Amino acid sequence: MEGELPAAPRGSSGLPAGDASGDSPCALLPAEALALDGDEDDLEVFSKDASLTDMNSSLSPTMPTSPLSMINQVKFEDEPDLRDLFITVDDPESHVTTIETFITYRVATQTSRGEFDSSEFEVRRRYQDFLWLKGKLEEAHPTLIIPPLPEKFVVKGMVERFNDDFIETRRRALNKFLNRIADHPTLTFSEDLKVFLTAQAGELSAHKKQGPGLLSKVGQTVRAVALSMRGVRSRPEEFVEMNDFIEAFSQKMSLIDKISQRIYKEEREYFDEMKEYGPIHALWSESEEDLADTLGGVASCLDRCCQATERRLCGLSEALLPVVHEYLLYSEMLMGVMKRRDHIQAELESKAEALTYRKADTDLLTEEIGKLEDKVECANTALRADWERWKQNMRNDIKSAFADTAERNIHYYEQCLATWESFLAAQTDLYAKEPSEDKP
Amino acid sequence: MEQAAPDLERLLQPAPLEPLGHPDAGLEAAVGEEAEGPQDDEGPGDRTMTENNFWLKKIEISVSEAEKRTGRNAMNMQETYTAYLVETRSVEHIDGPSVLTDSLWRRYSEFELLRNYLLVYYPHIVVPPLPEKRAEFVWHKLSADNMDPDFVERRRIGLENFLLRVASHPILCRDKIFYLFLTQEGNWKEIVNETGFQLKADSRLKALNATFRVKNPDKRFTELKHYSDELQSVISHLLRVRARVADRLYGVYKVHGNYGRVFSEWSAIEKEMGDGLQSAGHHMDVYASSIDDILEDEEHYADQLKEYLFYAEALRAVCRKHELMQYDLEMAAQDLASKKQQCEELATGTVRTFSLKGMTTKLFGQETPEQREARIKVLEEQISEGEQQLKSKNLEGREFVKNAWADIERFKEQKNRDLKEALISYAVMQISMCKKGIQVWTNAKECFSKM
Repeated sequence: MEGELPAAPRGSSGLPAGDASGDSPCALLPAEALALDGDEDDLEVFSKDASLTDMNSSLSPTMPTSPLSMINQVKFEDEPDLRDLFITVDDPESHVTTIETFITYRVATQTSRGEFDSSEFEVRRRYQDFLWLKGKLEEAHPTLIIPPLPEKFVVKGMVERFNDDFIETRRRALNKFLNRIADHPTLTFSEDLKVFLTAQAGELSAHKKQGPGLLSKVGQTVRAVALSMRGVRSRPEEFVEMNDFIEAFSQKMSLIDKISQRIYKEEREYFDEMKEYGPIHALWSESEEDLADTLGGVASCLDRCCQATERRLCGLSEALLPVVHEYLLYSEMLMGVMKRRDHIQAELESKAEALTYRKADTDLLTEEIGKLEDKVECANTALRADWERWKQNMRNDIKSAFADTAERNIHYYEQCLATWESFLAAQTDLYAKEPSEDKP
Repeated sequence: MEQAAPDLERLLQPAPLEPLGHPDAGLEAAVGEEAEGPQDDEGPGDRTMTENNFWLKKIEISVSEAEKRTGRNAMNMQETYTAYLVETRSVEHIDGPSVLTDSLWRRYSEFELLRNYLLVYYPHIVVPPLPEKRAEFVWHKLSADNMDPDFVERRRIGLENFLLRVASHPILCRDKIFYLFLTQEGNWKEIVNETGFQLKADSRLKALNATFRVKNPDKRFTELKHYSDELQSVISHLLRVRARVADRLYGVYKVHGNYGRVFSEWSAIEKEMGDGLQSAGHHMDVYASSIDDILEDEEHYADQLKEYLFYAEALRAVCRKHELMQYDLEMAAQDLASKKQQCEELATGTVRTFSLKGMTTKLFGQETPEQREARIKVLEEQISEGEQQLKSKNLEGREFVKNAWADIERFKEQKNRDLKEALISYAVMQISMCKKGIQVWTNAKECFSKM
């Protein structure tokens, strides 16, 4: 399944339950169906019987991914968007050249937008390309909250760079990254995104070479450093609050990320030990006569509990860990956004300061200051809106992730309970039947 | 009390000193004293059972307290040890009130002494084991320290269990030394040592030798020995894995406790999510702390398994005794056969086998007929004695096998009952753990959903 995102608690089965409550029962993705009331369970719209043929004709029937993953991708952003851009990242492939070894991923796009030349695209991208895209988006929208990318490499845990778990985790995170961008009201229309999704390899590198040259980039960096050392004079109250929140949030998220990883590790080790536990009882039952039955029963209970533990583990790594980790990375992003906003304001302040000292070029300066004031205004407005949106999403995502984890834990205990209870029932039946029967 | 003591005095005999391996000697004497009627041909089993039940109803034993003491040991060095209070209550009528009749302090080494004594005097009995001397199969939270209060508590229970097992054993319960252990604090050690039981113990080396050399042991004992090896191996393996599983489970639960703390801090900066986070955090704390009781219960379960781990050793001891007796018998038979042959050779004058005498005869000349007669006479006496001994050894051996096997059957039933119960109680524990888990996570889920 692509895009394993923390949908709202689904219950034990993996499929969205329930029938459509009203308006548009079968259609998967027509826009109207998604204009939902806040109260309605989004999943109700997507009945199990929904078939691909009900979809908009502009979308090709041979979707690379299952309808289910589409549903998940749509669902995680709690907005009644007109979803007309669908992206999946899959099929990691290893490439070996004389200089290096790297992985490329297939990025498949389905869209009904006019500005795209076609409705279907398939390209291969490597991590560097994603990095480039992120950089461009940050450049174009310095005070928008750009989704985070998975880390370059995992240092701790001595994960071998290209081991399967690492690649899968990264693939999922990259998938999320692109989908978050696609869902963002502004970023979704980025030209760079379009190029990223559609350009074949050669075109992409050509496009990358455009844009501000190296020298101007260096100049920007120097100015940025100078300004950041100067600092911003008076941050507006709302942004002070925002900054405080981000700092605290970042700290908490980091702890929660650590705790969650630790829980996974402990559960994994518990699972490893449990694998041995059942078989010992089975071995013992072979030397026994009267006890063989009971021992065998315990052995199979333990084995079943062991399997349930494995499922619980998978759930954790699919539903909770990626979400928590993403928000940890998000908090780093946010700090960057705050800095960039401050930077823009600092630019204004420094120019304004210059004006008070300089007597010549006042007209030019005033003009520049005017422009900068606009820039600051835009930046603040953009951030403000995006901030609200981000917080809303964060709440939903965190809530979903933890509620889902709780659900899985409940399910785990319920399975184990059922196993042991049926064992007990069988044993006490036997007890009642034979006080001391002769066994053959 | 006054009335009870003489009854018991008469009932109980010190364990038989001669001959060894005649386990019924003491019992028959006791039975003889009590009963007016004729001796049954049925074994003393029936009698002992009724008498035993009668006796059991008269007595309740408990190891009720443990106390740290300091004293001087044999080398006059200061040492710390734990003493246990052993209380005996007698019950006048069935279901009537119990009256405290005896109360004294014993330390672990005295229990060991009692057990070693029983091992020597009742080699055909599967003697109940003591709880472990040192903490083994420990997982990280439990300390391996003998002074640790949890360990001491579990040992107290184990010692009580040991005494109850002995008291409920149809044969062991009648032993006088056991009775004195419960009733006479001072001087008890000296009395035990005076029985000279240590001298009567078979040497380990002798036993090992017999195990290797015996030709025709009873097949059932060979199988039993094999079984006891398997039992020991599988239970230790199980206990080791259980300890590791417990360790991991402890880790899983406890780490969740950290969520509690962080959620609580986080809730301070959140407006909408704050309440949900805070209460969810509380449930995480509940979850984390629930593991302590769960694992404590499991420890008792582990102790039940451990008892049977140690019982395996007791089973092997009975097998070893049989092998020793059998070997002894085989050696005696062999010896007798060789004497008979020697006799025959002397009588007929043929030398079929090589013998030193034969050689010297050849070298130094034949002996006189008188000398030969004398030797034949001696040999014939020895042969006759040997035949007697062989007969009685044979009898002993058969008695031993019969009685040992009876106790082994009794043990087997006890083992099956106890272990089945233990396994079922384990299932019950797991069920309780699952139910708690469901409750906590249901509560947590509700909190999360409200965020």
